[in-house]
Amino acid sequence: MRVAVTPGGTVSGPDSLSVAPLLANDPVWLMLIKAVVIFAFLLLLTLFAIWFERRVVGRMQHRPGPNWNGPLGLLQSLADALKLIFKEGLMPRMVDKVVYIAAPIMAGIPAFMVFSVIPVGGRVSMFGHQTALQLTDLPVGVLLALVMSSIGIYGIVLGGWSSGSTYPLLGGLRSAAQMISYEIAMGLSFVAVFLYAGTLSTSAIVAQQEAGWYIWLLPVSFIVYCIAMVGETNRAPFDLPEAESELVGGYNTEYSSMRFGLFFLAEYINLINVSALCTTLFLGGWRAPWPLSLWSGANEGWWTMLWFFIKVLIFMFVFVWLRGTLPRFRYDQFMHMGWKVLVPVSLAWILLVGVARVLNTATTLTTSQVLLWMGIPLVILLLIVAFWPARAESGEPGEEDEYDVVPAVAPSHHGEPGVVGPSLADFPVPPMDLVVPAGPVRKGRVDVDS
Amino acid sequence: MIAHLTTAVTTAVGAAVTPLTATGGGAGGAEEIVFWIVGPLALLGAIGMLFSKGAVHSALWLVLTMMCLGVLYITQQAEFLGFAQIIVYTGAIMMLFLFVLMLTGRDAGDSVIEVLRGQRVAAGLLGLGLVGLLVAVLMHAVGTLPNVGLTDAIAERGAVGSLAASIFTTYLFPFELTSALLITAAVGAMVLAHVERTKRERRSQKATVLARMRSDRMSPLPGPGVHATSASNATPAMLPDGSIAPGSVSHLVEMAVSEQVARRFREGELVPINGPEHPYRPKRAAIDHEGSAENIVIPAVSAASGGSAGAAHEGSES
Repeated sequence: MRVAVTPGGTVSGPDSLSVAPLLANDPVWLMLIKAVVIFAFLLLLTLFAIWFERRVVGRMQHRPGPNWNGPLGLLQSLADALKLIFKEGLMPRMVDKVVYIAAPIMAGIPAFMVFSVIPVGGRVSMFGHQTALQLTDLPVGVLLALVMSSIGIYGIVLGGWSSGSTYPLLGGLRSAAQMISYEIAMGLSFVAVFLYAGTLSTSAIVAQQEAGWYIWLLPVSFIVYCIAMVGETNRAPFDLPEAESELVGGYNTEYSSMRFGLFFLAEYINLINVSALCTTLFLGGWRAPWPLSLWSGANEGWWTMLWFFIKVLIFMFVFVWLRGTLPRFRYDQFMHMGWKVLVPVSLAWILLVGVARVLNTATTLTTSQVLLWMGIPLVILLLIVAFWPARAESGEPGEEDEYDVVPAVAPSHHGEPGVVGPSLADFPVPPMDLVVPAGPVRKGRVDVDS
Repeated sequence: MIAHLTTAVTTAVGAAVTPLTATGGGAGGAEEIVFWIVGPLALLGAIGMLFSKGAVHSALWLVLTMMCLGVLYITQQAEFLGFAQIIVYTGAIMMLFLFVLMLTGRDAGDSVIEVLRGQRVAAGLLGLGLVGLLVAVLMHAVGTLPNVGLTDAIAERGAVGSLAASIFTTYLFPFELTSALLITAAVGAMVLAHVERTKRERRSQKATVLARMRSDRMSPLPGPGVHATSASNATPAMLPDGSIAPGSVSHLVEMAVSEQVARRFREGELVPINGPEHPYRPKRAAIDHEGSAENIVIPAVSAASGGSAGAAHEGSES
């Protein structure tokens, strides 16, 4: 199966749809403006996201949320950010200094980089220059997002390790395992998009979705990506690395002041990044949604930016919704879901998509014929699976019995003193007949009894 | 360590030689500037990996080298290769390394005992030989092979397309061999790590909840080794001989109170766990067996006598 090869087999294929040639003509000052605007915009969006999250979660829990500072409490996150900046940065004694300082930076910088390849809008004219609302367009743009998230993990893992304390270390280990596992599912969900778009460039993928968004064509990939992106951003219900009821604060327990602030910032920017990437890959990027797209002006100029951010905001709302609704996963359930559900489902789906693609391009069958020939057996298969008589759950009655029988009385133990008696309870209790051997008499030993 | 040395040196040499092989790219000045910044950084990473003390620091230096190599690939129009290098080596392989290293503890140093005699000398010689071989091959390649450049290939199918075409047509067999090797390793690791479990060995979550709900105590149990008799922080820990364990009560609490609690405990006024807070409920099975529930009411565990450990918690766990 050739990836990214169109019938023409030349760059006049899908890659030519990218806006890279247009961006290549940008003067340096325009690039600088774009970079600074993206940076500032991400910071503002983070402040907004924190306020948004607190308000929405508040509403879901029947309380107002922050409503004191500024109109509707909008300045609350600004106040929090200022507080973080002016706090004293504590450094615990056990830390590994260099790594401890570098870790938040390693988490923060990659988060900002991802947005450079996201097409925020279509072609516009900025200060008399024809350009696209995108900082740069790499031929392998989507991979940049994967690269940056894999570098961002280092920040979290090293922050946990360098703190020299147990809870952060556990949080760091969890996050390493979690992000590696979910990055695989995430990468696999991209593959089907690449197969259909025939390119890895973000702007070209958006251009390819002119006929229809990939969410309709590749629903399984979309669902897998949506689950993986929650796991990838350490958000509830997958917030195991910072599970505050288990690990205090997880990897950032020993951090304070702006070093903690950087982790916090990185988390929210990553949330925006994955939402933006999902919008780009599956929801048509900056394209207007259906009833609006009937108006020909909707997909031109600065309007496109509006549609893009509306879609991103919807994703952010879903993130908050999930957090307000779902309890945290147990670690083994989480890993089970990543490796035994998402990865195999993605692989099977890629196989299907690949076959459909080959049938479409290499044979004379039309698209509808291919869909028919593949879809009908698939639907029949799914129906059979759905209505297959459920396996007799052999464990159920047995388990009932097992827990109905309560061991009556623990046999009283009259063994040799010093020997630990058998305990029926599986809860560790100190043996009551344990004879403690007299220790060597040391100077200054405090004997309470005497 | 010596194996690491060879890896580091060969990657560094590879970093130094690659720009010479692909001058046909034509990026010109910018590429050269990037090379002179990133190349020394890659070498620094390799050297730092060798000479840093902690294993995690070594791994981080190696990460630096790998990222620099990725950047070098990208500057030579091989964006896909560069990003794949960073995703695979930095993102996955080194992360797994770190994962293991972090578990070994921070102060675990290298072992300095030589287990095999002459191992270091042999490894050093072999390492030098490998470096010599690789340098010779690379120099030969740089000197004799023609520079083709990537322009034609990219024009034909795009950067990713031409790479995919050569992997899946010309070099299909080596590619499949590599994947077979990796799969063998993965299956081997799984076989080694596999443990047969009988079905009953682990309770399902549902069964655990049911058991918890049917027990007399739905709240979590106290920590291991605790016989909770009261919620007072004056309650001392009792050693098996009935004395108060030193250090079990904060020195801010008056000792007389603790001693009073200990005395009441010895005299049987205090009973563990099944106090009024957790009223004892006789169990069906227990009544069937014994006729009355009296037998299983927990006796005040006289600390010195051999009260059964299991009985003390019978009410709390079935």
